[in-house]
Amino acid sequence: MASARFLPSGDTAVVVEFGDRIDHDLNAQVLRLAALVRAQRIPGVVETLPTFRSLLVHYDPLATDSAGVRAAIEGLLHSSRVAAAPTRMWRIPACYDSSHAPDLEDVAKRTGLDVDEIIRLHSSTRFHVYMVGFSPGFPYMGDLPAALVLPRRTDPRVRVPAGSIAIATSMTAIYPVESPGGWHLIGATPVRLFAAHWTRPALLSPGDKVYFEPVAPPEFDAIRAAVAANRYEVPCEAIEA
Amino acid sequence: MKPSLNIMAPGVHTTVQGAKRIGYQDVGVPGSGPLDPVSFRLANALVGNAGDTAAFELLVQGPTCEVLADAVRVALVGCEAGLEVRSERARVVPAGQSVRLARGEVFRIGPLGDSACAYLAIEGGLDVEPVLGSVSTYVRGAIGGFEGRRLQKGDVVPLRSSGPEVRAESALSRALDLGLEQPVRVVLGPQADYFTDEAVKTFLSSVYTVSPQSDRMGFRLDGPHLAHAKGYNIISDGVMPGSIQVPGSGQPIVLMADHQTTGGYPKIATVVSADLPLVGRRRPGRTIRFAAIEVEEAERLRAAQEAALKREMDALGFMARAAQALR
Repeated sequence: MASARFLPSGDTAVVVEFGDRIDHDLNAQVLRLAALVRAQRIPGVVETLPTFRSLLVHYDPLATDSAGVRAAIEGLLHSSRVAAAPTRMWRIPACYDSSHAPDLEDVAKRTGLDVDEIIRLHSSTRFHVYMVGFSPGFPYMGDLPAALVLPRRTDPRVRVPAGSIAIATSMTAIYPVESPGGWHLIGATPVRLFAAHWTRPALLSPGDKVYFEPVAPPEFDAIRAAVAANRYEVPCEAIEA
Repeated sequence: MKPSLNIMAPGVHTTVQGAKRIGYQDVGVPGSGPLDPVSFRLANALVGNAGDTAAFELLVQGPTCEVLADAVRVALVGCEAGLEVRSERARVVPAGQSVRLARGEVFRIGPLGDSACAYLAIEGGLDVEPVLGSVSTYVRGAIGGFEGRRLQKGDVVPLRSSGPEVRAESALSRALDLGLEQPVRVVLGPQADYFTDEAVKTFLSSVYTVSPQSDRMGFRLDGPHLAHAKGYNIISDGVMPGSIQVPGSGQPIVLMADHQTTGGYPKIATVVSADLPLVGRRRPGRTIRFAAIEVEEAERLRAAQEAALKREMDALGFMARAAQALR
């Protein structure tokens, strides 16, 4: 398998780094190793955290040590085993109406595109969930079409409403809960991204695929009411990766 | 009525903490748990609890509580302050020993003194439900503990035990050394190569001061500027308690129990697990010096610390059982 290097991360974790850029192939290698580590149950390994281009492997230093964990992972890196897991593809309702998209006009100005074209580009791209971080359930999804790539806002907002769909750099994301944020808000979804009482508390996992399905404000309100009454399921299907 | 504690004053930042929350970092949920697991486990051992039983973490200043149970046995560990009991038998119970209090007695833990955090354990533990496998409070995510938040005035926190028996009380064999002057040991990396050689030298030879802008997410430090060699943005990757991030300001931040799970700043070093409690205890204004060691030495230190802690906890458990047998 691909070349990876180990980086020290104290005495309770080790970083397995596959490269130094945001790239589907590198991320696929990270997710493959994460699945193998999960399946292998390496003694002393507590959990893993996949990110764009590296895997953070947490271990209990009282049950194993850095050398043992590295050796076990080295073995997995060179194994030909594939951890077969179906890929999930989600269709997440997205309202791009100006009432839910405070930065859409500004994004149009900055990109030179008209609003309809921005919506068309964003809702016709199949996004890949590279990782979940920043806050519980916050998905980093990419890649945006080149025409939509913008730096973060120079003045981050203190409050971004829950459900906001945002873009920055080559990524798009959804804010699961109200939080501060520096991304451009181009829409909103009525669905919930995180609930601690769910068996799997985050809707989206690294490796999932996502399409945004445009909905008008009345439909947004109807779905939001259904979500509140626990009568809505986000459309999802298993696909070949 | 269910045995409980009435929180008459909440202190500055009092939360329920227990075992770490494991298995949800990949969806953005940190481990949480106590800033100082050593004091936390000793407090539980003093009242005869398993080491990771739900207890209170106090930051800077403790709460005032009224006993709404036939009796409770409590112990405070991690600070110089004592537990002031206000009743007909007013008294101060020093940190590091257990005490049994009767219904209606009120106890107060004032300013913690030199330490930033301390732990108040209650025999039987607090009666809170685990969320995502842990009772620990993650305030930013409103997850776990008592309603997912820090305590407020008027909260009534339920207890698991209705009235512990009278027995000889337990005490630590010697006062806990808070190690407030000890250097904090780190393993360099994962991104030490993002810094100039000079910056790494500066980091390891300077005195940093804990900033008032510190909380359970991270302790911000003020001190000599650390220069980046390759810019201050990396492609976001995983972080953990003890990760020392250096943003563009050049001032390091030690990530703590409620850290964000990913970060985009280079990490010059990682505090070793045995010394993480030393960071958690340092209140704003206290200083930190760092010393680099290899990971193998960090593993030995942690094993030695665990062995010493186990001996102390076993001895306390033995005393508690012996006291019960003698009744």
